[in-house]
Amino acid sequence: MTEPALSEPRRTAPVGLLVKALSGLRQSIAGMAAGIFFLRDQGSIIWVALGVIALVALVQLGVAWLQWHRLTFHVGAEDIRVESGVLARAARSVPYERIQDVSLEQGPLARLFGLVEVRFETGAGGADDLALTYLTVPEGEELREVVRAQRDGAAREIAPEAQTEPAPAQVLFAMGPLRLFTFGVFEFSLAVIAVLFGLTQQFDFLLPFDIWDWDYWRGQLAGQSAWLERLGMLARVVSVLAALLSVALLGALTGVVRTSLREWGFTLERTDKGFRRRRGLLTRTDVVMPAHRVQAMTIGTRLLRRLFGWHGLSFVSLAQDAGSANHVVAPFGRLEELWPVAQAAGFAPPPDGAKWHRASAAYRFDSMLISGLLAVIPASVLLGLGQYGWAMLPLAIGTVLVTGEWIAWRKTEHVLDARQVIARRGWLAPRLDIAPRVKLQSVDFSQGPLGRWHGYGTLHLGLAGGTFAIPGVSVERAQAVRDAVLASIAQADFSELNRG
Amino acid sequence: MHMDDTPLDIAPLARPAVDADGEELTPLHPNHVKVLRVQAVLTAIPFVIAALVLESAGLLPTGAVLVPVLLLAGWFVLRTPLRRYIAKGYTMGDDRLRVVRGVLFSSDSVVPFGRVQHIDLDQGPLERMYDLATLTVHTAGTHNASVRLPGLLNADAVAMREAIRAHIRRDTL
Repeated sequence: MTEPALSEPRRTAPVGLLVKALSGLRQSIAGMAAGIFFLRDQGSIIWVALGVIALVALVQLGVAWLQWHRLTFHVGAEDIRVESGVLARAARSVPYERIQDVSLEQGPLARLFGLVEVRFETGAGGADDLALTYLTVPEGEELREVVRAQRDGAAREIAPEAQTEPAPAQVLFAMGPLRLFTFGVFEFSLAVIAVLFGLTQQFDFLLPFDIWDWDYWRGQLAGQSAWLERLGMLARVVSVLAALLSVALLGALTGVVRTSLREWGFTLERTDKGFRRRRGLLTRTDVVMPAHRVQAMTIGTRLLRRLFGWHGLSFVSLAQDAGSANHVVAPFGRLEELWPVAQAAGFAPPPDGAKWHRASAAYRFDSMLISGLLAVIPASVLLGLGQYGWAMLPLAIGTVLVTGEWIAWRKTEHVLDARQVIARRGWLAPRLDIAPRVKLQSVDFSQGPLGRWHGYGTLHLGLAGGTFAIPGVSVERAQAVRDAVLASIAQADFSELNRG
Repeated sequence: MHMDDTPLDIAPLARPAVDADGEELTPLHPNHVKVLRVQAVLTAIPFVIAALVLESAGLLPTGAVLVPVLLLAGWFVLRTPLRRYIAKGYTMGDDRLRVVRGVLFSSDSVVPFGRVQHIDLDQGPLERMYDLATLTVHTAGTHNASVRLPGLLNADAVAMREAIRAHIRRDTL
């Protein structure tokens, strides 16, 4: 397309100023109300209100005009460039190859004036997208066509695939009622007690007695405990146990009910479009996650579940897909059930006999020292005050913390296999993270003052939609990991990965 | 309006071991120190004014508040910008950009061009006076999704942006 207007920088539609001023008015209602309130004695309230609104509208219009005057966009040969800024100039350039699509949005005000907001979607997630507020509708559509033509012209020719009939969906993971019940028991929740507490606070006027009167409760308990004392020690123990048991039952019941409502009929299927997850009793959700958008996976568990061998699998997906980037694909299952799901997404389990690397010894020493100091300082204060008995408490806590740091060091390790970075950590509730190196975005090695002194730091591997951090890595190991990651990244450009 | 950019003599000041792998890091433009200094002065002014106000209130002995504040302000204006300048560097490779920064908390980020989503070129009013610019490359990552490189000469920053863009185009062809 050879439109001569394309090569010059253009401004957005002037009518957009009106829309911006109006929406600015809407946002500054609180300020205007405050202004009117303060000036209410200056004259008739109507005139004061009109004056304040007019003043605010003028200021908004002035600022909007200044910004409009400075904002230009330029449809170039290789990118879209938007330059803006009055005092601080900013120029943002988005190459066509990175633009996934162009979307046109119309809010109600914009629709009134025949304007449209043009948004250039990159693969990165909605937050940082380039947006041009308020072009006229014909201009917006023309821009979309131009960008699409440029992008498709610049992209490689993707051979049209022969339309075979879609493969039948394959069920990867499902949870029946018995599994849901077990899951619910482990999702023990005392939330119902908190709810009851809140309800009593709100509605205590409905009860026949004053629930907050401590003397009343003490009288009740005095009556009860007198009867208990007659029964003796055993009965008291039994009654306490019964109380605890009822709380436990209540918690388990709450967990079962909540889990059943949320995960009823959980089915995970592999369709040709991606991973399809359906669940829910009252609110049925049906989500499809395209396979090429999966960036990393995590297998995690909790203390009690691990004792019985239950783990959960979740994928990290590009942030654009849903509210939370972390998608649980198999929340409660045995490891033998979870690994086939992970392998269907292209992840490989850590190879046997792999050489796992731990954090550096200096890091271990520093973290043990810091937790030790946290305990030693209050202990020495107490010793100085002569409280030898009480000083034992921080020392005991300190010993537990230091041992915990040592165990954490032993259990935090990572390895690089043929295509992936694998990290595991945790002892009581171990967790395994796997990310294919080709899907990583950047490598960042940061060192605090202690780290610079002792030669270690935290390696942050940039992940779209999540985080992958390995703490306490020595400088040499960080070099090695970084070189391996960069070599893998160089093999594929991100746009290709995203096109699936 | 351009200030004359006499290069600073930084040879006597030792470079910290930022290029641990032996790679030569390109230092930023010396005018960046001036920008940092002016920013430090602007940040220190409110604190000095507050200290003067406290002094006039006469709660503490004369000079108990003003002297430390002035000393701190002097430290931040005179010494810190130079140290921060020395600790920063970058390497513009064939297919990656590496940015090193930080005095106490140093950070070494590498962004391969194949992962750059879009590029920002920003000039604050201070930077415009000294003909400097800040280049920001954005990736799709969540942590550290944007890597900032301040203190570049405007022409250099534009050239780097073009180089990165050319690489992206080449990659996807």
